[in-house]
Amino acid sequence: MNFPIESTGAFSFSTGMLMTFLIGVGFGFFLEKGGFSSARKLTAQFYLRDFAVLKVMFTAVVVAGIGFWGLVHLGMLDLEFTFINLTYIWPQIVGGLILGIGFIVGGYCPGTACVAATTGKLDALWCIAGIFFGIFVFSELQPALKAFQNSGEMGEVFVWQWLGVSPGIVLLGAVLMAIGAFSLGTIVENKKGSVVQPD
Amino acid sequence: MSNEKPKPYWSPYMAGLGLGLVLLLAFVIMGQGLGSSGAFARLEYTLLHTVVPEHIESNPYMAHYFEDGANPLSNYLVFLVVGVLAGGFISGITANRFKKSVDKGPRISVKARFFLAFFGGSLMGFGARLARGCTSGQALSGGATLALGSWAFMMMFFAGGFLGAYFLRRQWL
Repeated sequence: MNFPIESTGAFSFSTGMLMTFLIGVGFGFFLEKGGFSSARKLTAQFYLRDFAVLKVMFTAVVVAGIGFWGLVHLGMLDLEFTFINLTYIWPQIVGGLILGIGFIVGGYCPGTACVAATTGKLDALWCIAGIFFGIFVFSELQPALKAFQNSGEMGEVFVWQWLGVSPGIVLLGAVLMAIGAFSLGTIVENKKGSVVQPD
Repeated sequence: MSNEKPKPYWSPYMAGLGLGLVLLLAFVIMGQGLGSSGAFARLEYTLLHTVVPEHIESNPYMAHYFEDGANPLSNYLVFLVVGVLAGGFISGITANRFKKSVDKGPRISVKARFFLAFFGGSLMGFGARLARGCTSGQALSGGATLALGSWAFMMMFFAGGFLGAYFLRRQWL
């Protein structure tokens, strides 16, 4: 097989978008199943009371990462036709920090705000309104911020290239980090009895 | 809506496994990861373009989305996020978790919670545009592909959350 399937021209535009819609359904479904429709559960991560954010996200990153690089290694997934986030290190560092602060203030991130809204959370609607406002402000100011947004450009560069090791070593490191962090998190959760469930 | 008690959330490992497989499928089928803030921007630019077209055309950053008569809504991220809304709803309603409510700690008013939700959302909208992606487009998808800048983003995201947590404790605890 040649992946991504889309690059083989097997899909018409509408078939591709139907596939995309179904992928989105899966995305929203598992976010909600993990409890990411609750701001209290999401933010409890940052009070070390519920480690769901770390556990769900890191499990997903490791699972997808091993599958992704495994397929690349087997010559089945062509990186040339796969979207890789380009590195612009300074705006990513500053933007990530702003997003993290916005997350603890607002209670959701853009994707989880959508999921929360579909389960009836009224605060998520205000969060979504705020996201639109923030996008508007940035977009209006972008001509002035363009130089910074393009700073630290490094192109398509991977953590393993930067460290000078193989992708497998980085993934192994990520797995070990995950196991360590999950175990510590579980000990803390059990001690405090603080895992958030729906009410 | 149902009067039955809401079912508990899944084990985070099961939810993470499901999410990871969906993310892998997205790469295998469509050659792209998951994202959401891009869909917000595309919807917003489209609405603004119908109201104040000249203004949008005069800003190269936004005008870019309409180049050669392009429709910003005819896009991967837009269809993806429509799916996210459907998937979230299906999961919530079938687990008796659909409930009109305000998610907050006991020590803060609803009005203050709404204000902070809007303010935090604004920061995230701004930050996601600056960084070219949010938690899903950068941390999750870029994280799985081991993109260097996405890992920097992810670390800073967690740093920002922990930095702000002390000051926001009245909202959540």
